[in-house]
Amino acid sequence: MALDQSFVGRSYPPTEPYEVGREKIREFAEAVGDTNPAYTDAEAAKALGHPDVIAPPTFVFAITFKAAGQVIQDPQLGLDYSRVVHGDQKFAYRRPVRAGDRLTVTSTIESIKSMAGNEVLDIRGEVHDEAGEHVVTAWTKLVARAAEEA
Amino acid sequence: MTAKISYADVEVGTELPAQSFPVTRATLVRYAGASGDFNPIHWNEKFAKEVGLPDVIAHGMFTMAEAIRVVTDWTGDPGAVVEYGVRFTKPVVVPNDDRGAVIEVSGKVAAKLDDNTVRVDLTATNDGRKVLGMARAVVRLA
Repeated sequence: MALDQSFVGRSYPPTEPYEVGREKIREFAEAVGDTNPAYTDAEAAKALGHPDVIAPPTFVFAITFKAAGQVIQDPQLGLDYSRVVHGDQKFAYRRPVRAGDRLTVTSTIESIKSMAGNEVLDIRGEVHDEAGEHVVTAWTKLVARAAEEA
Repeated sequence: MTAKISYADVEVGTELPAQSFPVTRATLVRYAGASGDFNPIHWNEKFAKEVGLPDVIAHGMFTMAEAIRVVTDWTGDPGAVVEYGVRFTKPVVVPNDDRGAVIEVSGKVAAKLDDNTVRVDLTATNDGRKVLGMARAVVRLA
Protein backbone atom coordinates (compact mmCIF):
# COMPACT_ATOMS: atom_id res chain seq x y z
CA MET A 1 0.00 0.00 0.00
CA ALA A 2 1.27 3.47 -0.85
CA LEU A 3 2.75 5.44 2.03
CA ASP A 4 0.85 8.50 3.25
CA GLN A 5 2.10 11.60 1.37
CA SER A 6 1.15 13.79 4.33
CA PHE A 7 4.35 12.58 6.04
CA VAL A 8 6.49 14.52 3.53
CA GLY A 9 8.18 17.38 5.36
CA ARG A 10 7.69 15.83 8.78
CA SER A 11 10.60 16.28 11.19
CA TYR A 12 11.22 14.12 14.22
CA PRO A 13 12.59 15.37 17.54
CA PRO A 14 16.41 15.59 17.84
CA THR A 15 18.02 12.42 19.16
CA GLU A 16 19.82 12.20 22.49
CA PRO A 17 23.50 13.16 22.04
CA TYR A 18 25.84 10.46 20.70
CA GLU A 19 29.33 10.90 22.15
CA VAL A 20 32.01 10.05 19.59
CA GLY A 21 34.78 8.00 21.23
CA ARG A 22 38.40 7.64 20.11
CA GLU A 23 38.26 3.88 20.42
CA LYS A 24 35.04 3.68 18.42
CA ILE A 25 36.71 5.65 15.62
CA ARG A 26 39.73 3.33 15.81
CA GLU A 27 37.48 0.26 15.68
CA PHE A 28 35.70 1.63 12.60
CA ALA A 29 38.95 2.55 10.82
CA GLU A 30 40.36 -0.93 11.51
CA ALA A 31 37.15 -2.56 10.27
CA VAL A 32 37.53 -0.84 6.90
CA GLY A 33 41.29 -1.43 6.88
CA ASP A 34 42.10 2.28 6.81
CA THR A 35 45.45 3.13 8.39
CA ASN A 36 45.32 6.93 7.92
CA PRO A 37 46.89 8.24 11.18
CA ALA A 38 44.34 11.09 11.36
CA TYR A 39 41.91 8.48 12.74
CA THR A 40 44.10 7.16 15.53
CA ASP A 41 46.92 9.60 16.31
CA ALA A 42 45.90 12.97 17.80
CA GLU A 43 49.25 14.51 16.87
CA ALA A 44 48.85 13.45 13.23
CA ALA A 45 45.32 14.87 13.22
CA LYS A 46 46.58 18.15 14.73
CA ALA A 47 49.26 18.38 12.07
CA LEU A 48 46.41 18.46 9.55
CA GLY A 49 44.67 21.25 11.47
CA HIS A 50 42.15 19.21 13.46
CA PRO A 51 41.77 19.58 17.25
CA ASP A 52 41.64 15.80 17.80
CA VAL A 53 41.40 12.53 15.88
CA ILE A 54 38.73 12.61 13.20
CA ALA A 55 36.36 9.90 12.00
CA PRO A 56 36.35 8.39 8.49
CA PRO A 57 33.82 10.13 6.22
CA THR A 58 31.15 7.40 6.38
CA PHE A 59 31.44 6.81 10.15
CA VAL A 60 28.56 9.19 10.86
CA PHE A 61 26.12 6.90 9.04
CA ALA A 62 25.96 4.67 12.12
CA ILE A 63 24.55 7.67 14.01
CA THR A 64 22.24 9.04 11.32
CA PHE A 65 20.86 5.63 10.40
CA LYS A 66 20.04 4.88 14.01
CA ALA A 67 18.27 8.23 14.14
CA ALA A 68 16.38 7.38 10.94
CA GLY A 69 14.92 4.49 12.93
CA GLN A 70 12.46 7.04 14.32
CA VAL A 71 11.05 7.31 10.80
CA ILE A 72 11.46 3.69 9.78
CA GLN A 73 9.72 2.42 12.91
CA ASP A 74 7.03 5.10 13.04
CA PRO A 75 3.92 2.91 13.25
CA GLN A 76 1.82 5.67 11.68
CA LEU A 77 4.04 5.70 8.58
CA GLY A 78 3.80 1.91 8.31
CA LEU A 79 6.95 1.13 6.33
CA ASP A 80 7.54 -2.62 5.85
CA TYR A 81 11.19 -2.67 6.87
CA SER A 82 11.67 -6.33 5.95
CA ARG A 83 11.38 -5.23 2.30
CA VAL A 84 13.67 -2.20 2.55
CA VAL A 85 16.99 -1.84 0.73
CA HIS A 86 19.42 1.07 0.89
CA GLY A 87 19.23 2.88 -2.45
CA ASP A 88 21.44 5.96 -2.22
CA GLN A 89 23.54 7.67 0.41
CA LYS A 90 25.01 11.15 0.39
CA PHE A 91 26.81 13.33 2.91
CA ALA A 92 27.64 17.04 2.94
CA TYR A 93 30.25 17.92 5.55
CA ARG A 94 30.69 21.26 7.28
CA ARG A 95 33.62 19.72 9.14
CA PRO A 96 34.75 16.16 9.94
CA VAL A 97 33.27 14.33 12.92
CA ARG A 98 35.88 14.11 15.67
CA ALA A 99 36.52 12.43 19.01
CA GLY A 100 34.64 14.09 21.83
CA ASP A 101 31.80 15.36 19.65
CA ARG A 102 28.37 15.02 21.20
CA LEU A 103 26.12 14.79 18.18
CA THR A 104 22.37 15.05 17.83
CA VAL A 105 20.43 14.18 14.69
CA THR A 106 17.20 15.70 13.44
CA SER A 107 15.54 13.50 10.82
CA THR A 108 13.12 14.85 8.23
CA ILE A 109 11.17 12.99 5.55
CA GLU A 110 12.10 14.82 2.33
CA SER A 111 10.02 12.83 -0.12
CA ILE A 112 7.90 9.75 -0.58
CA LYS A 113 7.47 8.35 -4.08
CA SER A 114 5.83 5.27 -5.53
CA MET A 115 7.76 3.84 -8.47
CA ALA A 116 6.72 0.61 -10.16
CA GLY A 117 5.07 -0.54 -6.96
CA ASN A 118 8.15 0.28 -4.87
CA GLU A 119 7.98 2.89 -2.13
CA VAL A 120 10.94 5.27 -2.20
CA LEU A 121 11.60 7.23 0.97
CA ASP A 122 14.16 10.05 1.25
CA ILE A 123 15.27 10.93 4.77
CA ARG A 124 17.52 13.88 5.60
CA GLY A 125 19.49 13.78 8.84
CA GLU A 126 20.94 17.07 10.11
CA VAL A 127 23.79 16.48 12.53
CA HIS A 128 24.72 19.17 15.07
CA ASP A 129 27.32 19.30 17.80
CA GLU A 130 26.84 20.28 21.42
CA ALA A 131 27.31 23.97 20.61
CA GLY A 132 24.49 23.71 18.09
CA GLU A 133 26.85 24.04 15.11
CA HIS A 134 26.04 22.08 11.97
CA VAL A 135 28.54 19.25 11.34
CA VAL A 136 27.17 17.13 8.49
CA THR A 137 23.96 16.43 6.61
CA ALA A 138 23.17 12.86 5.57
CA TRP A 139 20.62 11.96 2.86
CA THR A 140 19.45 8.35 2.92
CA LYS A 141 17.23 6.85 0.22
CA LEU A 142 15.37 3.71 1.26
CA VAL A 143 13.46 1.57 -1.21
CA ALA A 144 10.73 -0.74 0.06
CA ARG A 145 10.31 -3.31 -2.68
CA ALA A 146 6.79 -4.16 -3.77
CA ALA A 147 5.33 -7.20 -2.03
CA GLU A 148 4.89 -10.20 -4.29
CA GLU A 149 1.35 -11.15 -5.21
CA ALA A 150 0.05 -13.75 -2.79
CA MET B 1 42.49 21.05 6.79
CA THR B 2 45.61 20.37 4.83
CA ALA B 3 45.28 18.29 1.71
CA LYS B 4 48.65 17.21 0.30
CA ILE B 5 47.54 17.78 -3.28
CA SER B 6 47.47 21.28 -4.70
CA TYR B 7 44.47 22.55 -6.67
CA ALA B 8 46.85 24.07 -9.19
CA ASP B 9 48.46 20.68 -9.85
CA VAL B 10 45.32 18.87 -10.99
CA GLU B 11 43.25 19.19 -14.11
CA VAL B 12 40.05 17.63 -15.36
CA GLY B 13 40.95 14.03 -16.19
CA THR B 14 43.69 13.70 -13.57
CA GLU B 15 43.54 10.07 -12.38
CA LEU B 16 43.84 9.12 -8.73
CA PRO B 17 45.85 5.99 -7.84
CA ALA B 18 43.47 3.01 -8.14
CA GLN B 19 43.20 0.53 -5.28
CA SER B 20 41.85 -2.96 -4.60
CA PHE B 21 40.05 -3.74 -1.35
CA PRO B 22 39.58 -7.37 -0.28
CA VAL B 23 36.48 -8.34 1.70
CA THR B 24 35.92 -11.68 3.43
CA ARG B 25 33.26 -12.95 5.82
CA ALA B 26 35.57 -11.98 8.68
CA THR B 27 35.74 -8.42 7.30
CA LEU B 28 31.95 -8.24 7.31
CA VAL B 29 31.68 -9.44 10.90
CA ARG B 30 34.15 -6.77 11.99
CA TYR B 31 32.34 -4.11 9.99
CA ALA B 32 28.98 -5.16 11.45
CA GLY B 33 30.37 -4.71 14.94
CA ALA B 34 32.04 -1.40 14.20
CA SER B 35 29.05 0.10 12.40
CA GLY B 36 26.26 -1.44 14.44
CA ASP B 37 24.58 -2.85 11.31
CA PHE B 38 23.83 -6.47 12.19
CA ASN B 39 21.42 -7.18 9.33
CA PRO B 40 21.81 -10.98 8.83
CA ILE B 41 22.06 -10.62 5.03
CA HIS B 42 25.67 -9.59 5.78
CA TRP B 43 26.68 -12.69 7.75
CA ASN B 44 24.02 -15.42 7.59
CA GLU B 45 24.07 -17.37 4.33
CA LYS B 46 20.81 -19.19 5.03
CA PHE B 47 18.98 -15.95 5.75
CA ALA B 48 20.49 -14.20 2.72
CA LYS B 49 19.31 -16.98 0.39
CA GLU B 50 15.85 -17.03 1.95
CA VAL B 51 15.36 -13.38 1.02
CA GLY B 52 16.46 -14.05 -2.56
CA LEU B 53 20.14 -13.09 -2.51
CA PRO B 54 22.73 -15.37 -4.14
CA ASP B 55 24.79 -15.44 -0.91
CA VAL B 56 25.93 -13.15 1.90
CA ILE B 57 26.53 -9.63 0.57
CA ALA B 58 28.78 -6.82 1.82
CA HIS B 59 27.16 -3.82 3.50
CA GLY B 60 26.66 -1.09 0.90
CA MET B 61 28.14 1.27 3.48
CA PHE B 62 31.26 -0.91 3.64
CA THR B 63 31.74 -0.50 -0.11
CA MET B 64 31.09 3.22 0.23
CA ALA B 65 33.70 3.43 3.03
CA GLU B 66 36.32 1.66 0.90
CA ALA B 67 35.65 3.69 -2.25
CA ILE B 68 36.31 7.06 -0.58
CA ARG B 69 39.76 5.81 0.49
CA VAL B 70 40.95 6.40 -3.06
CA VAL B 71 40.21 10.08 -2.36
CA THR B 72 41.36 10.30 1.27
CA ASP B 73 44.62 8.44 0.58
CA TRP B 74 45.25 10.85 -2.30
CA THR B 75 44.55 14.04 -0.35
CA GLY B 76 46.17 12.81 2.88
CA ASP B 77 43.59 14.65 4.98
CA PRO B 78 40.23 12.83 5.18
CA GLY B 79 38.80 16.07 6.57
CA ALA B 80 39.19 17.61 3.12
CA VAL B 81 36.09 15.75 1.88
CA VAL B 82 33.26 18.27 1.48
CA GLU B 83 30.61 16.03 -0.13
CA TYR B 84 30.32 12.34 -0.86
CA GLY B 85 27.44 10.40 -2.37
CA VAL B 86 26.80 7.04 -4.02
CA ARG B 87 24.00 4.91 -5.42
CA PHE B 88 24.01 1.23 -4.48
CA THR B 89 23.48 -0.50 -7.82
CA LYS B 90 24.71 -4.10 -7.38
CA PRO B 91 25.56 -6.07 -4.24
CA VAL B 92 29.07 -7.35 -3.59
CA VAL B 93 28.60 -11.08 -3.02
CA VAL B 94 31.08 -12.46 -0.48
CA PRO B 95 31.59 -16.25 -0.72
CA ASN B 96 32.56 -18.24 2.35
CA ASP B 97 36.13 -19.07 1.30
CA ASP B 98 39.63 -17.77 1.93
CA ARG B 99 39.52 -15.36 -0.97
CA GLY B 100 36.18 -13.62 -0.41
CA ALA B 101 35.56 -10.78 -2.86
CA VAL B 102 37.58 -7.83 -4.14
CA ILE B 103 36.31 -4.29 -4.68
CA GLU B 104 38.33 -2.38 -7.31
CA VAL B 105 38.13 1.40 -7.09
CA SER B 106 39.44 4.08 -9.41
CA GLY B 107 38.78 7.79 -9.53
CA LYS B 108 39.39 10.79 -11.69
CA VAL B 109 38.94 14.51 -11.42
CA ALA B 110 35.72 15.31 -13.29
CA ALA B 111 35.48 19.05 -12.63
CA LYS B 112 37.37 21.89 -11.01
CA LEU B 113 35.01 23.88 -8.82
CA ASP B 114 35.21 27.09 -6.80
CA ASP B 115 37.07 27.58 -3.56
CA ASN B 116 39.91 25.12 -4.36
CA THR B 117 37.50 22.20 -4.59
CA VAL B 118 37.34 19.50 -7.24
CA ARG B 119 34.76 16.84 -8.02
CA VAL B 120 36.14 13.31 -8.19
CA ASP B 121 34.09 10.63 -9.93
CA LEU B 122 34.70 7.14 -8.55
CA THR B 123 34.24 3.77 -10.22
CA ALA B 124 33.85 0.72 -7.98
CA THR B 125 33.63 -2.76 -9.48
CA ASN B 126 33.50 -6.34 -8.27
CA ASP B 127 34.20 -9.12 -10.79
CA GLY B 128 34.06 -6.50 -13.51
CA ARG B 129 30.57 -5.28 -12.60
CA LYS B 130 29.89 -1.77 -11.33
CA VAL B 131 28.65 -1.90 -7.74
CA LEU B 132 28.23 1.85 -7.16
CA GLY B 133 26.52 4.39 -9.39
CA MET B 134 26.90 8.17 -9.33
CA ALA B 135 29.81 7.78 -6.90
CA ARG B 136 31.08 11.31 -6.51
CA ALA B 137 33.08 13.24 -3.97
CA VAL B 138 33.86 16.93 -3.70
CA VAL B 139 37.18 17.53 -1.99
CA ARG B 140 39.04 20.69 -1.01
CA LEU B 141 42.66 20.78 -2.14
CA ALA B 142 45.55 22.88 -0.94
